Amino acid sequence: MTDKRTITLAVNGTRYEREVEVRFTLADFIRHELGLTGTHLGCEHGVCGACTILLDGLSARSCLMLAVQADGHEILTVEGIAPSADKLHPLQEAFRDNHGLQCGFCTPGILTTLIEFLRDNPDPTEQEVRIAISGNLCRCTGYQNIVIAALDAAKRLQAQAAPSP
Amino acid sequence: MKPPPFQYYDPRTLADVVGLLGRLENAKLLAGGQSLMPMLNMRFVLPDHVIDLNRVDGLSYIRERDRALEIGAMTRQRDLEFSDVVRARCPLVHEAILEVGHRQTRNRGTIGGSLCHLDPAAELVSVAAALDATVTVAGPNGTREIAFADFPVAYMSPAIEPQEVLTEVRIPTWPPGHGYAFVEFSRRHGDFAIVSAAALIEADGSGKISRASVTLGGMGQGPVRARDVEQALLGQAPNEDLFREVCESCRAIEAMDDIHASAGYRQHLAAVLARRALTKAAARLQAAPSMH
Amino acid sequence: MSEKLDITLNINGRDYAIRVEPRKTLVDAIRDECGQTGTHIGCEHGVCGACTIILDDEAVRSCLMFAVQAVGKRIRTIEGLADGDTLHPLQRAFMEHHGLQCGFCTPGFLMLAANVLEQRPDIDDEELIDVLASNLCRCTGYQNIIKAVRAAAREMRGA
Repeated sequence: MTDKRTITLAVNGTRYEREVEVRFTLADFIRHELGLTGTHLGCEHGVCGACTILLDGLSARSCLMLAVQADGHEILTVEGIAPSADKLHPLQEAFRDNHGLQCGFCTPGILTTLIEFLRDNPDPTEQEVRIAISGNLCRCTGYQNIVIAALDAAKRLQAQAAPSP
Repeated sequence: MKPPPFQYYDPRTLADVVGLLGRLENAKLLAGGQSLMPMLNMRFVLPDHVIDLNRVDGLSYIRERDRALEIGAMTRQRDLEFSDVVRARCPLVHEAILEVGHRQTRNRGTIGGSLCHLDPAAELVSVAAALDATVTVAGPNGTREIAFADFPVAYMSPAIEPQEVLTEVRIPTWPPGHGYAFVEFSRRHGDFAIVSAAALIEADGSGKISRASVTLGGMGQGPVRARDVEQALLGQAPNEDLFREVCESCRAIEAMDDIHASAGYRQHLAAVLARRALTKAAARLQAAPSMH
Repeated sequence: MSEKLDITLNINGRDYAIRVEPRKTLVDAIRDECGQTGTHIGCEHGVCGACTIILDDEAVRSCLMFAVQAVGKRIRTIEGLADGDTLHPLQRAFMEHHGLQCGFCTPGFLMLAANVLEQRPDIDDEELIDVLASNLCRCTGYQNIIKAVRAAAREMRGA
């Protein structure tokens, strides 16, 4: 048993205060302590991207952070992407409509990565999308439909942002 | 794959960091975590103490002073990537940083962490060598500076004492209009470079090369300055045939054999990538005489 | 070993004179004796469809036939789908719509789809899916295969 610390953080807009072992990774904290199992563990050494979350709006591999490092910060996980329980985010709709997932294991990490990317690059080229997701591995799809879904999502988000005449 | 038990510290000042390093045995410094955390998760390292640098004040900055960029050790790679002053004054760093890992790793990874980790294929390590950077370390006896050429002492081992911490990297800038290029070969975008080449050139009023820096990464345990190539370029007008000829000497650079490539293939890549980097650098070289 | 028989197989318009035991399956003869390895063997018991070829205007599972049963018939395999250097619309559609990943099931799907579209160019979508359901794919999740076949069907109808 190692040292414990009490941390306070916001996850998907909800504030949590918990006591954690200092060696607990952020990914394990999110999954086991908070029960948010949408964030997946694919490799636990920072290469697959399945554990990607947004920390203060910036994508990060949660398996490469300690939970104690998130004290005082804001986290977005895949569970926080949909605007409500019965409405999907346009990015999620684009993935559904374009067969952008097969088994779905890599998908949460790809969605959070794309939330950041499309926010900062609302009108990307295909090449830019491919580079943006290069830190996320997928074993099923061959990536093609993921890229198509991302480009489709960009269009949907732009249409949403532009007020209709 | 979970980290082993350790004591955790999150100091707020550099003095606290030095104090902790002074009294703790078997301690590891945690910067961006993109290299240390995988090692902890796989239990390749078993420190008794982890000193987290992420809440230390005053280690993250980018300043221009005396024809150099001074960069705090905890400056995130992301901040380097989006920094206007880095892009303007040190475009080689900007071009190289786009090859470092991925968005997620650059959001957390730091320049200090990368330099201290000294992965043989690390892009930031290569450009630090290319630019003749100097690093500052702080320890119980104060601070000292280490020329980057002297920084790597062995495979993934920097010339830092156990009780010291890297605080700053100082990168002398090349004059505006200088030619620069960073190229690398890897199987996929974002992978470690199998071989990389960094080129910097400056020309005099008559368009002849007055200064050159050519650095190969990924060949052996650290970046290699191709001094023969640099020498051969001086006084010459930049052109493709010249580059092709002088870069042949890169085939003689000692290289390692591993699962990614044979030594021979690395040497071939060195000659080719050095030539490509020089060609790209020459294209970017501005015709005006250097004004500094 | 049973006695071998001398037979001729006509594949993609060319005759192959071969010697095979009666128990030799058609797919093995096509692949081994005739060297046309585009037709794949996935299960050898008639469920995966990777071995699908067109035999006299019918799509059949060549692992469920003996070579000797194909004598005197016109065999069409994947190697004969393109017209020289010109790809078949189905082949182009599979490329454009990412209708394959590893490619193992693809020859079977292409021959199946080519056959149904040749025989029934105006087949409706529901029935088309029903026909395609006879072949298995482990990689793609089928979405893009269906997309590709639909696209090729539209082109082939002249729509």
